Amino acid sequence: MRRLSPAGVARALIVFGLLLLFPFVFPQHWILNMAFFVLMYAGLAVSWNLLGGYSGYVSLGHVAFFGIGAYAEAILFQHIGIGSDGYVPFLVLPLIGIGVGVAAVPIAWVAMRTRAMTFAIVTLTLLFVTQTLAFNLHGITNGSQGLSMPSPTFSLYERPFYLCVLGIFAFATLVAWHVRGDALGLMLFAIRDDEDKVRGLGVPTTEAKVLTFAVSVAMVAMIGGVWAYYIGFIYPQYAVDPLVMIGMILPVFLGGVGTLWGPVLGAFILVPAQQWLAYEYGASELYLIAYATVFLGIILLLPRGIIPSLQDLARGRRRRAGTGRTGSSSTPTAEPVGSSS
Amino acid sequence: MKTATLLEVRGLTKHFGGITAVDRCSFAVPAGTISALIGPNGSGKTTVFNLTTGYLRRDAGDVVFDGRTVGRPDPMRLYRRGLTRTFQQARIFRNLTLVENLCLGVPRGWPAFLRRDIGGNERARAMEILAEFGLAELAGATAGELSYGQQKLLEFASVLISRPKLVLLDEPTAGVNPVMVERLEGHIRSLHARGITFLVVEHDMNLVMRLCDPVIVMDHGTKLAEGPPAEVQRDPAVLDAYLGD
Repeated sequence: MRRLSPAGVARALIVFGLLLLFPFVFPQHWILNMAFFVLMYAGLAVSWNLLGGYSGYVSLGHVAFFGIGAYAEAILFQHIGIGSDGYVPFLVLPLIGIGVGVAAVPIAWVAMRTRAMTFAIVTLTLLFVTQTLAFNLHGITNGSQGLSMPSPTFSLYERPFYLCVLGIFAFATLVAWHVRGDALGLMLFAIRDDEDKVRGLGVPTTEAKVLTFAVSVAMVAMIGGVWAYYIGFIYPQYAVDPLVMIGMILPVFLGGVGTLWGPVLGAFILVPAQQWLAYEYGASELYLIAYATVFLGIILLLPRGIIPSLQDLARGRRRRAGTGRTGSSSTPTAEPVGSSS
Repeated sequence: MKTATLLEVRGLTKHFGGITAVDRCSFAVPAGTISALIGPNGSGKTTVFNLTTGYLRRDAGDVVFDGRTVGRPDPMRLYRRGLTRTFQQARIFRNLTLVENLCLGVPRGWPAFLRRDIGGNERARAMEILAEFGLAELAGATAGELSYGQQKLLEFASVLISRPKLVLLDEPTAGVNPVMVERLEGHIRSLHARGITFLVVEHDMNLVMRLCDPVIVMDHGTKLAEGPPAEVQRDPAVLDAYLGD
């Protein structure tokens, strides 16, 4: 039902092509540093959207897996070196992803017995449990002292990290795109509408949800791994940080829940905006007010997120143009899953 | 010759707090019939549906479907064995297209999870069913755009894709205009002719009397009477339950 459309492929090629060229065109440290965080949050948002947006299961605990990925990376390289060229920590990321994904299955299986608000709270406890463990499992995590990663000597320090996080982000987008068009995606979107009814149509809902949860947090953990290596020094309160959790959800709501490009767009707007506002008005704390104003504007003008709101607008315009009537504007019908955005 | 029993419930019981919604209810649905389950409001008909299909956990009793006792009814497993149902308020997937609403119900295992392009056969069969229900032109529309009557048709259509043995219909004509009632009746008859057994909860007595046989009457959570429609209609206990004492 949803096939490869030339426009969709072109869109993806252009976006990722430009992103690939970016660090070679703009080799300034501060730009690449910001670009790293933009892509990091884009990747996190796309991964979160796979579960939270597609199935409607709003997880507040994904950052626990971000922290686990970060610690896995840091702990691993306390014991084995990063290699002479410093690329080994990138290469082990898929293993960390697979490990975390498998470990997440029993957690998901338990958490997925709850729904809606309860699920949000249950996953939120994961965040605090993980942070507490990071503080208290001294022998492994070094507690509040934190862990340091060996520092690589790249010619342009940020570039390899940027390219690595771009790779994971691209992978996450590919996964999100694939799921939108496969049987699993159909199940997830139906679960979002009416989970009990889905079960009555013979759909193995538990399997679908647990698989999606595992894949989603595996990608988050891989991003946590790159982040740890990039930052070079991790503490429990930063590796498992509620602010990172918010940072991966907000872009999804800004861009459009359950859409393919919405979370990406959201991250590309929010992260630079936040950095710029903090830079301009940071000293006076005014930036928080400015940030809040941006949000207020979005809530008032684009309550369903940018992409769905624009689609409604375009649909309404097309309908008016098509029928010649001006009176009836489009009703906010949700877009079919099949649409390509 | 006795006809085979497709579904049998024995001593089904369900309490909600101090209220006994279903009280040792027993009845059987013979294969190849359009059976009706009727009774005054609050007599426990929908609860019986929920207990039978696993949407509610029963307190006591047995459910036997297609010759096998169902240990713990589960909607997913029962559907795969050929027992499916609709709901009183049509429950459809508003954000999915009509075709997607139907394709969702095609049983598939693990490996098929990641298949893109939900198979051509599935699609063809979904279109065939939609065409039969007069919804083919809307196949690509989202289900939320349909009228209430069309949503009822869609829900009915969507349980057919798995070729069920028994369909439980919960008030298929409630809130639906007379023309749509006739269409629904026609669909039930033609599907019945093709071998599907029905158990229908319905308040439209004219429809029940011309469509269903046997008719099972419930009152206060248990079976009051059972038999051919003409017989049930004359039963004093039934009249009493409906008209009050």
